[in-house]
Amino acid sequence: MPHVITVDHSLCRGCNLCMELCPKSIFQDSADIGPAGLKVKEVVSPDNCTGCGLCELCCPGAISIDPLPHEVFTSICAEQKDRLVERPARGGWKQVNSLLTPGRYFMTGNDAIVEAALAAGCRFFAGYPITPANEILEEMSRRMKGLGGKFIQAEDEIASVFMVMGASWAGLKAMTATAGPGFALMQEGLSLADMAEVPCVIVNVQRAGPSTGQATRPAAMDMREARYGSHGGVQRIVLYPDSVQETFDLTIESFNLAERFRVPVILLSDGYLSHLSEKVEIGERLRIYDRVYVPGEPAFGPTPDSSAPSMPRFGDGEDLQVTGSTHDRSGKRSTADTSVQENLVFYLDRKILSRREELLDCEEMFLDDAEVVVVAFGTVGRSARWAVKEARKTGRAVGLLRPRVVYPFPSQRITELSKSGAKFVVPEMSQGQMSFVISQCITNEVVPLPQPNGQIIDPRRIFRYLTEGEW
Amino acid sequence: MNVRELRESCLRQVRTTFCPGCGYEIFINCFLKAIEGLGRRMDDYCFTAGIGCSAWVPNNYFRADNFHTAHGRAVPAAIGLKLANPDLEVITIGGDGDLASIGGNHLIHAIRKRVPIAVFCLNNYLYGMTGGQAGPTTPLSSRTSTSLDGNSEEPFDLVKLVLSVGGRYASRYPTAYPHLLKKGIESMLAADGFRFMEVVSQCPRQYGVRNESSAASSMIAWQKEHYLSKEKARGLSSSELNGKLVFGNFRTAGEYVQFLTEEQ
Ligand SMILES: Cc1ncc(C[n+]2csc(CCOP(=O)(O)OP(=O)(O)O)c2C)c(N)n1
Ligand code: SF4
Ligand code: SF4
Ligand code: SF4
Ligand SMILES: [Mg+2]
Repeated sequence: MPHVITVDHSLCRGCNLCMELCPKSIFQDSADIGPAGLKVKEVVSPDNCTGCGLCELCCPGAISIDPLPHEVFTSICAEQKDRLVERPARGGWKQVNSLLTPGRYFMTGNDAIVEAALAAGCRFFAGYPITPANEILEEMSRRMKGLGGKFIQAEDEIASVFMVMGASWAGLKAMTATAGPGFALMQEGLSLADMAEVPCVIVNVQRAGPSTGQATRPAAMDMREARYGSHGGVQRIVLYPDSVQETFDLTIESFNLAERFRVPVILLSDGYLSHLSEKVEIGERLRIYDRVYVPGEPAFGPTPDSSAPSMPRFGDGEDLQVTGSTHDRSGKRSTADTSVQENLVFYLDRKILSRREELLDCEEMFLDDAEVVVVAFGTVGRSARWAVKEARKTGRAVGLLRPRVVYPFPSQRITELSKSGAKFVVPEMSQGQMSFVISQCITNEVVPLPQPNGQIIDPRRIFRYLTEGEW
Repeated sequence: MNVRELRESCLRQVRTTFCPGCGYEIFINCFLKAIEGLGRRMDDYCFTAGIGCSAWVPNNYFRADNFHTAHGRAVPAAIGLKLANPDLEVITIGGDGDLASIGGNHLIHAIRKRVPIAVFCLNNYLYGMTGGQAGPTTPLSSRTSTSLDGNSEEPFDLVKLVLSVGGRYASRYPTAYPHLLKKGIESMLAADGFRFMEVVSQCPRQYGVRNESSAASSMIAWQKEHYLSKEKARGLSSSELNGKLVFGNFRTAGEYVQFLTEEQ
């Protein structure tokens, strides 16, 4: 039977491959120049064609051999649309039973992260050994299987964060845990998590740096990296607890925020808090948020109200295009359009910033009449709290502000507090990272109290500063 | 269905932005023919890709779930997807720079971890997207935009690499043999475990123009001259094999090394 061969001139690139591969010399140059500026081909002696198919296999869609009748051809696509409709919407708030029997426990900060993550529904963990986060990796390797979750030890932290993102798109709540050097390796992946709106939780158990520094010693030296470490620099949600109980609570909160905002959430800890053993109260019920999926809705922002878009998972039949390139709401790459790029970046920021009131979470003590406001983050808050209380006993008008949510930075609250003309002092287990951030929001005096020596700050040292002005 | 029809139903758009004569078009066509041959649909599979011209193959065009990750990171993302949902059939498509240079460590560890994913490395011998710089598979003395006097670094033999770290499924097909490539893809998709294919693919725009010829057709002719199927190569002497590269599907390093000559 003779074969019907056509060349669609609008698609012919003039590459000559059909001429090279056709054993029967059926193609030749036509007089026309195609879109690629090369001569498009024409069919000269179709009767010789054997139907071997080589020409169509090497051609970018211009050549068509023996086309099917129209009805038969469209069937595949139609079926695909039908499948989508059957799927129910899912996600939102729910109450779940705590995994542990309710009651009082004595556990380390690292254990609290594991327990809380599992309770929040985390069912995928990928990680690479690093002090002082090792216990999280080890405990996850023991616990995940029993819960039907997945654990994998990755070849490095770059792989960890990409595995976590893969798992997240497969529909699981996923996390990894690391420390300084590993956190640096994850920044490339985190930037993709920002851009492609991939919910996940990254624990950074901070240790004294730069570089390998003092691997076993506590520090708070990645505070700004957590927010600004990735290329692109969009807004991040960063949390830092000060006790094991709060580590438990904020781990659950991290998952809820990751799922609600569709962002990577950074949970900070440090070499002290991670190994500190303390009492933790576990309640009966937990409030958990699962990412929302509405079949057929666009999977990416910018959404009209800057809330997180619907998140399907791979296998839902949505034909997802997930990319770190600039994209439209369907996920299709759109890298030439300046407004798509700008709107996307502003949206990624707005998704977090437009809800910063709600994200404001600070411990506050004696702030009403404070002339000196101590701002402390994480572990330093423990020392600062004692020092502020003691200084009050001596009649000093001092108060404490301890943001549990470090970013988005509570700049409104700090601006409000600055109106009294108070002085701000910022003890930090670093050379002074957050004091700089505070001084950017206000014109009041901001005093850095740096201690980058790999030790927790002695409460008496802060007390001495508050009473004698000496650091 | 003919290729044109397969492209219309399985690709997001028939028209691509690859250069005229790019071998990736042949890979796309053979891939579509292979899934048709297996009685499967495009969206039975899901894809991860890195960054490069090769990454555009699935991400821009395949009508299925796709994760276009970062340069070199397609394999760990595929592992995450596959572990998290073992029902997904996960395929990674990347370039030689993507999978063997920046992502080389991920590749060899995926083999060791025995994660059941299929990895296609579209080997055009250099970094196509960024302008034709030398990469981990650039042949000795080839000219690239960073080796204008000829590449002086030893290239990886990707099949040897995969088999030597314990891979149990490593194949190589050049785009000059589309029917064999299609069959190779078919067997690979039907198999289990970690599978790897090096798709030797002409890049007339960056490689051809600096080396044998900027014409895709002469690059295809070159492939035909230099690549020999393992069936044809079997029984040939070392001197007959000299200068030839063998393609096909290999399950062990032992099976593969018999086709390597002294220099290789
Ligand atoms: C971390 C990082 N480094 C460099 C790049 C720039 N880059 C984009 S594509 C590419 C090379 C692509 O070469 P290959 O993987 O062989 O794919 P091809 O374009 O040849 O198909 C590079 C280096 C990048 N995107 N990310
Ligand atoms: S293979 Fe296709 S695109 Fe290339 S010259 Fe022939 S008809 Fe045109
Ligand atoms: S099907 Fe084969 S013989 Fe017919 S035109 Fe194409 S390459 Fe030539
Ligand atoms: S640069 Fe090379 S690999 Fe990239 S599209 Fe062009 S021909 Fe293909
Ligand atoms: Mg390449």
